[in-house]
Amino acid sequence: MKEPHKKTGPGPSELGGHAHEHASHDHGHHHDHCGHQHIPRPAGPTVRVAPRTGEVLISGRGLTMTRGGRSIVDHVDIDIAAGEIVTLIGPNGAGKTSLVRILLGLEVPDAGTLTRSAGLAVGYVPQRFERDAAIPMTVQRFLTLGARVSRDRLQRCLDEVGAGGIVDRQLAQLSGGELQRVVLARALVREPKLLVLDEPARGVDHLGEADLYALIGRLRDERGLGVLLVSHDLHVVMAQSDRVLCINRHVCCHGVPETVAQHPEYVRLFGDAARAFGIYQHHHDHAHGLGGEPLPPGGASGGDTPHA
Amino acid sequence: MLEPFLVRALVAAVGVGLVAAPLGCLVVWRRMSYFGATIAHGGLLGVALGLALEIDLTLGVVVIALVIGGLLVGLGRQRIVPADSLLGILSHAALAGGIVAASRLAGQRLDLMGYLFGDVLAVSGSDLAWLGIGGAIVLGVIAALWRTLVAVAVHEELAQAEGLHVARAEAALVVLLALTVAIAMKIVGVLLIVAFLVMPAAAARPFASTPEAMVVIAAAIGAVGAAVGLWLSMSADVPGGPAIVLVLSAASLGAIAWSARKRGG
Repeated sequence: MKEPHKKTGPGPSELGGHAHEHASHDHGHHHDHCGHQHIPRPAGPTVRVAPRTGEVLISGRGLTMTRGGRSIVDHVDIDIAAGEIVTLIGPNGAGKTSLVRILLGLEVPDAGTLTRSAGLAVGYVPQRFERDAAIPMTVQRFLTLGARVSRDRLQRCLDEVGAGGIVDRQLAQLSGGELQRVVLARALVREPKLLVLDEPARGVDHLGEADLYALIGRLRDERGLGVLLVSHDLHVVMAQSDRVLCINRHVCCHGVPETVAQHPEYVRLFGDAARAFGIYQHHHDHAHGLGGEPLPPGGASGGDTPHA
Repeated sequence: MLEPFLVRALVAAVGVGLVAAPLGCLVVWRRMSYFGATIAHGGLLGVALGLALEIDLTLGVVVIALVIGGLLVGLGRQRIVPADSLLGILSHAALAGGIVAASRLAGQRLDLMGYLFGDVLAVSGSDLAWLGIGGAIVLGVIAALWRTLVAVAVHEELAQAEGLHVARAEAALVVLLALTVAIAMKIVGVLLIVAFLVMPAAAARPFASTPEAMVVIAAAIGAVGAAVGLWLSMSADVPGGPAIVLVLSAASLGAIAWSARKRGG
């Protein structure tokens, strides 16, 4: 089904310009875009400059997936470069996990192109890792399922994630936090350049969550990894991400966290939680129809100019 | 000195126990025991097909088992009828179809009870040859695909994201089950084949700390259980296949109870 909003905004080719911005290290000049309108970045001292990033590891253009007549991922452009943490946020059912599955090659998009750097090794930490007690499994054996590695190397990976002492334990006997680290270690034994984590803090308590995100940040620094994170925890997203992609099937807005946090679309999607960051009041620049698709500006919402 | 028929029976029963162990563990891990039973039930239909077309019976069994496996995988994609109901339909359709076809096509030539429950004491030299060749193929394929098979059993999505071929593993399991049914049918019967797969694996689970250890322990339990069951069958003059299955079920239930008590404190 053709989305009605396409004619009101820039097409995929114009959206493609963002890759450029990102690859050229032009961090003084962030644009974000919401739906289909570019808005200037807000002035002020809070704008953080993202660290310099390396080669683009994976790049999607116009990624679109429809299932059962419903649009799930709608013309999404995304790039992840070495050394940066990119976070996907968005409401439930926004297609975050579907987008991740496309990037991992688990789903084939109906349209769009996906480019991976040559020989890219990806480490993946799935959203829910359910252990199956029917399969006897030590931590050591579990790590060697991901790659054939020596005990030394997997011990180093376990040390790196702070789970050094449990190499001989049964998977079924680990706590939720320990299991999460072991799954992360399994991703690391593959020596990935890109780490993909889908809601990694699920089932981990609040303290464990902060530790986990600190750990991810450290892995990025020490290994120079590109990280794609799916999260719904806005506090963590804002503290840890270099760039944020807010999606609701299409890309609602993207940019450095501060830019996204001030974006009307983001505020609309996250409401009170977003205001907790002390973001100013905004006008909404486009309305959404019942299916979540943006309506032309000048329609229902009166076409206010976005805040700058 | 053992009678030759008894030696053949012992080799056949122990051989099935050994060949079934790794596949049985995979069936337990992937919760495919009813899937395996459905394919096994197709064995009888395969025998009838073989008799009707005057082709090798084992070949007939393999063909029918593969057809049923393909149907299960294909129809399993729909969502309106749950997977276990689908298995219930195909499993009993295969069994009923096999009995009807056997009685219509084969008439007096077919020993129905022998195919349903096996006749381990009547195993021939050519049955053993089939077991040897088929068993070597089954074990060889499992060994070649082992890492993928285990990784997919542990977490399919993760295995797929790590570049392992999930579809290949699924297809291999269907083919391996079909082959195992074909080589074990004369020995243990279509109704009892799944017992040889599931029971040693379940009995091994509480004593294993890795997937590979579970396979080795299951193989040992399967082989010893087969020998003990055969001895029981001879000394008590009861059918061989069911006697072995009784011994294996005692082993698995005992192991499960032991493990439950240990955990309960």
